[in-house]
Amino acid sequence: MSGHGNMNLTLKVWKQKNKDTKGKFETYQAKGISPDMSFLEMFDVVNEQLISGNQEPIAFDHDCREGICGACSMYINGRPHGPKGGVTTCQLHMRSFKDGDTIVVEPWRSAAFPVIKDLAVDRSSFDRIISAGGFVSVNTGNSKDANNILINKDDADEAFNAAACIGCGACVAACKNSSAMLFVSAKVSQLALLPQGQIERYDRVLNMVKQMDEEGFGNCTNTGACEAECPKSISLENIARLNREYSAAKLMQDKVN
Amino acid sequence: MSNKTGLLTSSIGKKILMGITGLFLISFLLVHCFINALIFFNDGGETFNKGAEFMGTNWLIRTMEIVLFIGIFAHIFLALKLTLDNRKARPIGYQLVNGTANSTWYSRWMGLLGTLILMFLIIHLAHFWVQSRFTDNLAHTREHIVGNQITMFDRMSIVFSELWIVVLYCLSMVSLAYHLLHGFQSAFQSLGLNHKKYSPLIKTTGVAFSILIPLIFASMPLVMHFGIIK
Ligand code: HEM
Ligand code: SF4
Ligand code: FES
Repeated sequence: MSGHGNMNLTLKVWKQKNKDTKGKFETYQAKGISPDMSFLEMFDVVNEQLISGNQEPIAFDHDCREGICGACSMYINGRPHGPKGGVTTCQLHMRSFKDGDTIVVEPWRSAAFPVIKDLAVDRSSFDRIISAGGFVSVNTGNSKDANNILINKDDADEAFNAAACIGCGACVAACKNSSAMLFVSAKVSQLALLPQGQIERYDRVLNMVKQMDEEGFGNCTNTGACEAECPKSISLENIARLNREYSAAKLMQDKVN
Repeated sequence: MSNKTGLLTSSIGKKILMGITGLFLISFLLVHCFINALIFFNDGGETFNKGAEFMGTNWLIRTMEIVLFIGIFAHIFLALKLTLDNRKARPIGYQLVNGTANSTWYSRWMGLLGTLILMFLIIHLAHFWVQSRFTDNLAHTREHIVGNQITMFDRMSIVFSELWIVVLYCLSMVSLAYHLLHGFQSAFQSLGLNHKKYSPLIKTTGVAFSILIPLIFASMPLVMHFGIIK
């Protein structure tokens, strides 16, 4: 296993039995790690060793392992998804570290993301925000011709950029306030910019913001940490748009709310 | 379905109020700085005292003074609420945080910078505002002096004759500068006033404002202490 240029690392990993127990850091040695491995593969190697030594493996979330599902939440050396910008943990390679490094790995920390076990957190608060308004009305029946609704190219591009959000929660993890504004703003924007999203436009933003607040996320103070750490480079412009949509809904909606 | 969220209870509502009060305080700084800069006529405070008299007697300004106090209290109250709520949103903190990797230190320390400004405000109001509103020690201009009254300009020379007060004022202006460096552009973002073409202009104006205004303010105790303006 120990090939040329392989590394030995010390891991300080958060271990927590379940959401009702207190956790603590455990130290592990990761030996013979190839620089070409992803961070998750490194954890796989460590877990194999733990299992064969009859020890509990480290629990962490993962699914696609190619940066599209957003499952692999890990706060690595003080940053969500580690030291590289624009990547998820599964896209982070061990060549970003040096032989002999100590790496501190923690779960996302937010009242709205309770720890399930070790590094795995419960992000269903995001799902509930989506259920509150992240949808559009469509007719059932035969599928429509593609592209029969004309959309301005700039709006389509902006909506597409916002739709790149994978719901990973790095924005919340990075934010000193645990604010979910970047996520919510991306989800509101992708629909507010398109003709299909107009029917629920005002209800959507009010309901999603309400749900966001109820879940216990903090208030945005525009530090910009979310944008800097977002693996999909979702722009802060979306947050400005969310604030605008919120004011517009408050002022324009023809009902008392 | 009810989606009732109030300005004071919803996160975005609070931010909108924060932005409005912040911008209002900024507009106050501009006027305050302009009036005080009249000392640079270096005419023994004659022009400045006239300016101060206008500010102290004009009914519109006096009304705005009340609005200003409401604005400051609202800003502070919301800041406190925002900061405390945000602390609750992360009950268990990280062991290791690399904040410099993704944000400026002053954007993360707005609460502390604001508190330093508040402490300064209390001292500053005690120095000048309390003297002019609640005592008979000050006359509007030299012509109006009764007994051993002095003018606002004289009061400035007395206050700024103490070196440690000059230092305190200058340091407080550094806090203000950093508060504004984040706050100016942040207020526009909070209000959703963002535009591909105008946002860069807002940001540049914000940086210029945040450096120039505190610099001009800080120069006042300095020039008076060292007798350049007398
Ligand atoms: C002349 C005095 C002041 C001015 C001109 C000022 C200006 C501003 C501005 C423009 C913002 C940004 C608002 C936004 O992001 O929407 C802000 C935010 C803030 N201010 Fe002040 N402020 C002043 C005094 C204070 C004081 C006395 C405190 C606290 C005791 C304070 C605490 C805060 C806090 C905690 C924030 C929140 C950070 C954020 O949301 O970005 N400020 N201020
Ligand atoms: S906005 Fe970015 S960081 Fe936040 S959930 Fe979406 S992809 Fe992740
Ligand atoms: S495992 Fe899917 S994004 Fe990392």
